[in-house]
Amino acid sequence: MRLLRIVPDDTKFDFMRFRRISFPVSALLSIAAILLYFFHGLNFGIDFVGGTLMEVQTKAGPADLAKMRSTIGGLHLGDFQLQQFGAPNDVLIRISQQPGGDAAQQEAVQKVRNALGDAVEYRRVEVVGPSVSTELLSYGTIGLVLAIGAILIYLWFRFEWQFALGAMIANVHDLVLTVGFMSLTGIDFDLTSIAALLTILGYSLNDTVVIYDRIRELLRRYKRMPMPDLLNASINATLSRSIVTHLTVSLSLLALLLFGGQAIRSFTATMMFGVVLVGTYTSVFIASPILIYLGVGRARQGGPEDTEAEAPPTAPAAPVAPPTPSKPSPPRQRARSRR
Amino acid sequence: MLFFSRWKVAAILLTAAIVCLFAVPNFFSENTLRNWPSWAQRHIVLGLDLQGGSSLLLEVDVNAVRKDKLQAISDDVLRILRQNRIQFTGRAIKGNSVEVRITRDGDVENAVGKLRELSQPVASVMGSTGQRSVDISESGGLITLTPTEPALVERIRQTVDQSIQIIERRVNELGLVEPIIQRQGASRILVQVPGLQDPSRLKEIIGKTAKLDFRMVDLSMTPEQALASHPPADSEILDGEGGSKYLIDKRVLVSGGDLVDAQPGFDQRNGQPIVNFRFNSSGARKFAEVTKANVGKPFAIVLDNKVISAPVINEPIPGGAGQISGNFTVQSANDLAILLRAGALPAPLTVVEERTVGPGLGQDSINAGEHAAYAGAALVVIFMLVTYGLFGLFANVAVAVNVAMIFGLLSLLGATLTLPGIAGIVLTVGIAVDSNVLIYERIREEVRAGRTAISAIDAGFTRALATILDSNITTFIAAAVLFYIGTGPVRGFAVTLGIGILTSLFTAFTLTRLIVAYWVRLWRPRTVPI
Repeated sequence: MRLLRIVPDDTKFDFMRFRRISFPVSALLSIAAILLYFFHGLNFGIDFVGGTLMEVQTKAGPADLAKMRSTIGGLHLGDFQLQQFGAPNDVLIRISQQPGGDAAQQEAVQKVRNALGDAVEYRRVEVVGPSVSTELLSYGTIGLVLAIGAILIYLWFRFEWQFALGAMIANVHDLVLTVGFMSLTGIDFDLTSIAALLTILGYSLNDTVVIYDRIRELLRRYKRMPMPDLLNASINATLSRSIVTHLTVSLSLLALLLFGGQAIRSFTATMMFGVVLVGTYTSVFIASPILIYLGVGRARQGGPEDTEAEAPPTAPAAPVAPPTPSKPSPPRQRARSRR
Repeated sequence: MLFFSRWKVAAILLTAAIVCLFAVPNFFSENTLRNWPSWAQRHIVLGLDLQGGSSLLLEVDVNAVRKDKLQAISDDVLRILRQNRIQFTGRAIKGNSVEVRITRDGDVENAVGKLRELSQPVASVMGSTGQRSVDISESGGLITLTPTEPALVERIRQTVDQSIQIIERRVNELGLVEPIIQRQGASRILVQVPGLQDPSRLKEIIGKTAKLDFRMVDLSMTPEQALASHPPADSEILDGEGGSKYLIDKRVLVSGGDLVDAQPGFDQRNGQPIVNFRFNSSGARKFAEVTKANVGKPFAIVLDNKVISAPVINEPIPGGAGQISGNFTVQSANDLAILLRAGALPAPLTVVEERTVGPGLGQDSINAGEHAAYAGAALVVIFMLVTYGLFGLFANVAVAVNVAMIFGLLSLLGATLTLPGIAGIVLTVGIAVDSNVLIYERIREEVRAGRTAISAIDAGFTRALATILDSNITTFIAAAVLFYIGTGPVRGFAVTLGIGILTSLFTAFTLTRLIVAYWVRLWRPRTVPI
């Protein structure tokens, strides 16, 4: 049986050459994303700014948005939005936070319920008061920072500090671009978005760690191979895996996007962008080349030669296996003396 | 890497089988499960976003608790100083303290000593904190009493506990199915009621403090006069029905705490809905004394600082039973009876968050989740077969076991499955195959490097597993943080994601290896078909 080979064996792409393009491009995109965040802003959902969200379904025929708008407008509840949501008889109503604390939000919902009456089915009602929304926002932010910190520490223990730093720079870059994406598309930014961001962080790192693992392995094996060649070899060796895995994850996300319903659509769209588009690009074009600048292996060129090391190949190639297969690579990184 | 001792094989298969078996109860109805032993009844609970229902987050009014505490201290100061015949002036609540000025210098030391009995050691759940409940300081005859922060925290904790009990009683009286009422954080209470579509009545029932007092109406001046000048020191002006005002004595004659029963009924004379109540023996005795002493005068029934009615006492009421008539409907009489039976909340509660999902949306979400899961699984299974052939089949078996184990563990934990949780499972399917992809790609590489089939497989597993561990731990950290900060649906996602990582690590390290090892032993392959 002939099996599908998405990536041919023994690719020898020179990924490192692209760093002269990828770094400025990423820098520009990141700046654009940050500018978007500050000037276009995020479409904060009620989780973070408080207010009311109601999803209603008219019982008879398609919803008359204009009529509903005037009905709710007559209640004088400040800013509100009506929006078709999926089916033509499905309407999403957003009401901004009412002045007067938590109790005022409850009164507003009751008013809308009374005004719309029994003509609609209330599929979803969410009311978040000011005290909770402030807390949720700070929890979300703390959570992101905490996760980044915890992962940084883990990577620092498992690799050298340059790897941890490189991975973090790369993945904060992922988060920044994703936030830019959310600003541009106007996707609701709520607790689910924080979940999406954290998952993106986890998976992008997952990818980066796989490549870093290989870099570490090759660093041990080829003591004198120039860094760019070694990084190229590592990326090429893991390229097939990266692409296959991203295809399977994309397939899962595609299923969620198509069939998972309106409620998690913005979540899956964000994940699709963050994991599939940005995450993969980052691992290859940012996370790996950045190691050169962070000085991984800088001491190697002048360092003492390891007698056990094999002669470095002249061109990046798939690594040659050591002669004794029973000797596994050490599972834990020994402290590398670089001086 | 390909050798497994017999007992290891048994342990692996047994673990996988047992964990999978825990998922079985989910396929049976609640009624069937009731006959099973209790350890076998554990099953996955659908989140409110899937089964529909209402979730309310209530917050205890911390300021009210603080004010109550200060008022209590102030009352105690009055009592102690009077008992000891110490003269004082200017007893007042100022900010977070109670101040009192002792008139005679000679009494100051004595007063401070007597007031010290107000300061008790603060006991908490952890045992004694070594701190006292009130700070007492004195300068120039002015004594300041300040409740300490641990004392307030403890008081808020008690308030939340009492509130939970009372809410439970009230919610049960409403006849709602399987409500979940639990503390959240320091001053909040989460109330979740599956299947409830319109929480308006629930909010009304929970939102009332239901503090009922019987007090005398002050007839020394009319409410209008009191409004124009100052009401007497021991009286206050309270609202009644329809904008009316009453001047009511501050002293509580009998309180709602003395009630033993309250039932809705109808007035025999005019057929209006009323609430019948009965006092306990001490309440009945007090009520009898009061009514005997005040025949011909009006007394007021005050609920949450609002006068429900102010009837004139026609004759002494000795039996400890009475009725409240006001402008009731059948429903409001019923609600008041519920509130009076359940007792008053120790402090007002505010709804700070509400999330309600109708049954229609819940069912739609379940369907959407199922479709997405089937579609995702089908796509991944086909893709793996096309890419890795026989080894793809092995991977698919591992993923199937993986998903079964996720459901098993979720059942064992009695975890809540939410729509984002389903998304987590679907994602896990995509991720679980990643372990296999890492292993297979590594085997391909080792084959290219010139190894024999068996040696390549062995090396592939050895090297890939270290990578798998590293890469999964980072994702697990993210899931753990998410679990810690998240609530409701988001937490559901964190749970399935985290469990999915654990089970996929288990299958990658044991099951996949075991399958490949058996295949190698049976077929003795010369080449690796991937």
